[in-house]
Amino acid sequence: MRECIYLDNNATTQIDEEVLGAMMPYLTLYYGNPSSMHTFGGQVGRAVTTAREQVASLLGADASEIVFTSCGTEGDNAAIRGALAAQPNKRHIVTSEVEHPAVLNLCKNLEKQGYTVTYLSVNNQGQLDLSEVEASLTGNTALVSIMYANNETGVVFPVEKVGQLAKDYGAIFHVDAVQAVGKIPLNMQTSTIDLLTLSGHKIHAPKGIGALYVRRGTRFRPSMIGGHQERGRRAGTENVPGIVALGKAAELAQYHLANVSGERQLRDYLEQTILTLIPNTVVNGHPIQRLPNTTNIGFKYIEGEAILLSLNQYEICASSGSACTSGSLEPSHVLRAMGLPYSVLHGSIRFSLSRYTTQTQIDRVLEVLPGIIERLRALSPFNSDDSSWLQEQELAVLAK
Amino acid sequence: MWDYTDKVMEFFYNPRNQGTITEKNEGEAITTGEVGSISCGDALRLHLKIDTATEIILDARFQTFGCASAIASSSALTELLVGKTLDEALSLTNKQIAEFLGGLPEEKMHCSVMGQEALEAAIFNYRGIPLDNHDDDEGALVCRCFGVSDARIRRIVSENGLTTAEQVTHYVKAGGGCGSCLTDIDDLIAEIVLEQETAVAAATKVIQSKTIPTTPLTNLQKITLIQQILEQEIKPMLAQDGGDVELFDIEGDLVKVILKGACGSCPSSTATLKMGIEARLQERISPTLTVIAV
Repeated sequence: MRECIYLDNNATTQIDEEVLGAMMPYLTLYYGNPSSMHTFGGQVGRAVTTAREQVASLLGADASEIVFTSCGTEGDNAAIRGALAAQPNKRHIVTSEVEHPAVLNLCKNLEKQGYTVTYLSVNNQGQLDLSEVEASLTGNTALVSIMYANNETGVVFPVEKVGQLAKDYGAIFHVDAVQAVGKIPLNMQTSTIDLLTLSGHKIHAPKGIGALYVRRGTRFRPSMIGGHQERGRRAGTENVPGIVALGKAAELAQYHLANVSGERQLRDYLEQTILTLIPNTVVNGHPIQRLPNTTNIGFKYIEGEAILLSLNQYEICASSGSACTSGSLEPSHVLRAMGLPYSVLHGSIRFSLSRYTTQTQIDRVLEVLPGIIERLRALSPFNSDDSSWLQEQELAVLAK
Repeated sequence: MWDYTDKVMEFFYNPRNQGTITEKNEGEAITTGEVGSISCGDALRLHLKIDTATEIILDARFQTFGCASAIASSSALTELLVGKTLDEALSLTNKQIAEFLGGLPEEKMHCSVMGQEALEAAIFNYRGIPLDNHDDDEGALVCRCFGVSDARIRRIVSENGLTTAEQVTHYVKAGGGCGSCLTDIDDLIAEIVLEQETAVAAATKVIQSKTIPTTPLTNLQKITLIQQILEQEIKPMLAQDGGDVELFDIEGDLVKVILKGACGSCPSSTATLKMGIEARLQERISPTLTVIAV
């Protein structure tokens, strides 16, 4: 395996060794079906029960409120479709412009099926306007679906305030918490959240496992129809090794929540040093209302893919919302929704840390990054906001 | 992750000819060409130093805002240009830039197009041809997101033999924003295919009749016809002696060809050109045609 400095933990994380150890017997020895009547299957069923309790504990929820899914996207789809199907007379959805594609593209799809969707805007620090949230709600609103924390910028939304407004208008409240779980303490007992999505591979479990929290009493119809599994809310034989892994990962995440300030300190050190060492550099997103592990930095006048591939030369992994990395031609919808200038949009890089990130790794990034940025800026025809060519471009964009 | 060739990565990590040109001697001129924009996500400013007497490109430098393949394509372009005359340079296609790099992922072909367009812009600047008069800026705007006209789409479709709107998006970005013009691009491709088929049909008719056409041919028909005669009658003849020929360009009645293989170095190549190719084309298309080798 190639050693690397992995600062792309909002994309996916390494599997914790304890997690791997916990799941391994369920890939080998304990292959029974948890629904079986014999002891061989029953012991597997008990492992699933334990995992359900571990996940519930992380969320401050009851075990019966946890539905295992295959991933975050499935959780979002199940939550949104399930809540809408339970309220067929309400045809309005409220979400935001900066959601993950799992929510955003589903909402666009639902528009074609006759739903009306309000896409809440964000300000240039990526924050919601609560008065806009309230103004968007009507008695016809079936569902409010917003993310807890943004995957690209780490900006955290005032979820409980939005949830209270949703309650006031009788709407079901779904939160995509894929990026927040394990980084922010959650307690469903005191929350307004009805449905909450989480994903295993963001918290050091493997890919292919996730969970949906469904508050007791919430009207919800299953999307996957079949057997009785998951109390009839998600049919299909359980991914037992994945579920056991998610349970262990949830237990470890709960334990590590106490140490999250260490990640924050390293993130702040990385961010502050970059801003000090490299001119024409900005942080995208609110400086405080943010996940402790994420920083999104705009390097003006250069393009993100070129920065990523240069970092890659030093075995440093990060990510970018630039158009060139995705092949979509349009830069990140999140940064565009924030109204950032194009000089920043295309050159924005996300560094996302984990509990495995070390000071030595951050120092190595800080050692090579200034040279990379300098080299690419020397290649670029843009070098300041005064450049007439650039200004024409920016003005043209503003005029659009 | 993109599947870039080693040569793309080499030209990205160690680009040749980056920078600007500011100093020149007597008898030399400097020109620049700019394409792209910071909003599109890539932009290239190409600098050329030209010997004014011979129109030979003495030096080429680039400044690029863009991804790895944009930087590599720009650098490749400058490598291809030095030593060429402006006319030779104008014949450079985006395909040649991509080929020089051992190919580009299709989604990144627009990087090579950007190089070719910056080159044109630089030469047009030097020759005082207003860019507004360029074919590409005529005609209707098809893609509003990236400001791409139908003329530009036509050119890129013809030059690269594109068949789908998605390919057009990869080459010139048109259709890659809101996507509302994708059906217009479909229509445009269908139109071009139809035009080409009509031209081929007309040319075939002329060949079969073995007489000089009475009505004047359109440029496209003329090119198609010349190409058919080259392919079917002249190339097989030259191949017997290990030679080959390719149509380079036509300007009115002036037909420019490239003599290749054994023909390129053959002392009797002028005879081949005049007696073989020119006579045949005059006989078949128009007695006023002149053929030259470039």
